Amino acid sequence: MHTFEFVRPADSATAVATAAQANTAQQGADVRFVAGGTTLLDLMKLNVETPARVIDINRLPLDKIEETPDGGLKIGATVRNSDLAHHPAVQRDYAVLSQAILAGASAQLRNMATTAGNLLQRTRCMYFRDTAMPCNKREPGTGCPAITGANRMLAILGTSEHCIATNPSDMCVAMAALEATIHVQGTNGARAIAIGDFHLLPGSTPNRETVLEPGDLITHVTLPPPVAWSRQVYLKLRDRASYEFALASAAIVITVAGGKVTWARVAMGGVGTKPWRSPEAEAALVGQPINQASFCNAAEAALRDAKPQSENGFKIELAKRCLTHALQMATA
Amino acid sequence: MQATDIPLDMTINLTVNGARQAITVDVRTSLLDLLRERLQLTGTKKGCDHGQCGACTVHVNGRRVSSCLSLAVMHDGDEITTIEGLGTPDNLHPMQAAFVACDGYQCGYCTSGQIMSAVALLKEPCGPDDADVKELMSGNICRCGAFGNIVAAIQQVRKNT
Repeated sequence: MHTFEFVRPADSATAVATAAQANTAQQGADVRFVAGGTTLLDLMKLNVETPARVIDINRLPLDKIEETPDGGLKIGATVRNSDLAHHPAVQRDYAVLSQAILAGASAQLRNMATTAGNLLQRTRCMYFRDTAMPCNKREPGTGCPAITGANRMLAILGTSEHCIATNPSDMCVAMAALEATIHVQGTNGARAIAIGDFHLLPGSTPNRETVLEPGDLITHVTLPPPVAWSRQVYLKLRDRASYEFALASAAIVITVAGGKVTWARVAMGGVGTKPWRSPEAEAALVGQPINQASFCNAAEAALRDAKPQSENGFKIELAKRCLTHALQMATA
Repeated sequence: MQATDIPLDMTINLTVNGARQAITVDVRTSLLDLLRERLQLTGTKKGCDHGQCGACTVHVNGRRVSSCLSLAVMHDGDEITTIEGLGTPDNLHPMQAAFVACDGYQCGYCTSGQIMSAVALLKEPCGPDDADVKELMSGNICRCGAFGNIVAAIQQVRKNT
């Protein structure tokens, strides 16, 4: 591991000012915030991340969960995933988020990993993690060996000819379905970013994964007020029963009246280059009766633009069945 | 950013198994390496060194973490408990005794991580069934395959406390 300067700023403003000296907030950043460390330390050991300065934000007052005046929830950047999953308000009003977090990683890692860190979780693509291999995300312009290589775990939605890496987060999928807002403090003050606008598609710049710029510090995430009578489910399908990344997952927030879907939010994990909200599935569901045919139609709509690679074509059918089954669970 | 005049070492204060101490470490030192290489607390094991196996599990302020994915300098002021702080050969922690009674190991390499996880689990939200225990113990891999006996040991302690 390359060495680095380790600093612990007294407040968020100092943290922002220190980070603002970075060359980028994306891949190749020479300044990084550390909270849980579960992604950053892992990648620093692999020399995929080589920051010259690491800013410890663990002692900043960003670890609270509070109800907002409008009845929503404010989740601090350094709230640990386990604390978020077990918080009474989350379990009561945002069950899909609790389920998604508890479906990810292990109890040890959930005790370390944070809200902001999970938003910035990096892909598990083996070529990205191996500095002996080319990778457009890690070293722009070197190529994507995954497209002709081992791509069974990789994405089928949102890919480009430059990158097919999957976003590995479960938490972000639930937050996409809950329409979370990410709050950032930067050199020009505070701003709010809808989660759908936060992560970027790889396009021709897969090294850019989010809209964050140097100095940007995620301070908290807000969730809108819970949707009355909504039913929520997170379903995750993977190679083993626990402690494994998703092959396909689905987050459902749905309301039903008179046997018909009145409102729906659908997002998928394990299949997209970013947490994958599906407005196509949502539109296909609203007004339809809650039955297998409606759910299959929605799943078809969600995967219509899916592009299989050499080893992951199975994910298209798997994702459809995951979505269909999650809808059945949510409306049963 | 210029990487000059960087202090490579930092001094931290932390309490390990009840003993408070000041230690100067290279900033790159993981909590795991600090425990094993500097404090000679070699009961905590290094398996994968990437948070994938659980052999390095210790308690930080009473909660289980993977010590390989944490920098020692992030733990200034924290309380660390390792397997050495849990019990002694003459005075085993009930979980250690249950692992012996249930034969919850073969080679033993993962065992201290398993036991540290299991002790933390006792204070976490966990359903009553074996399946609930298996889910919350999934971060600790045993290549010998002692999982069945590990679950039995944990359930024995849970039923007796």
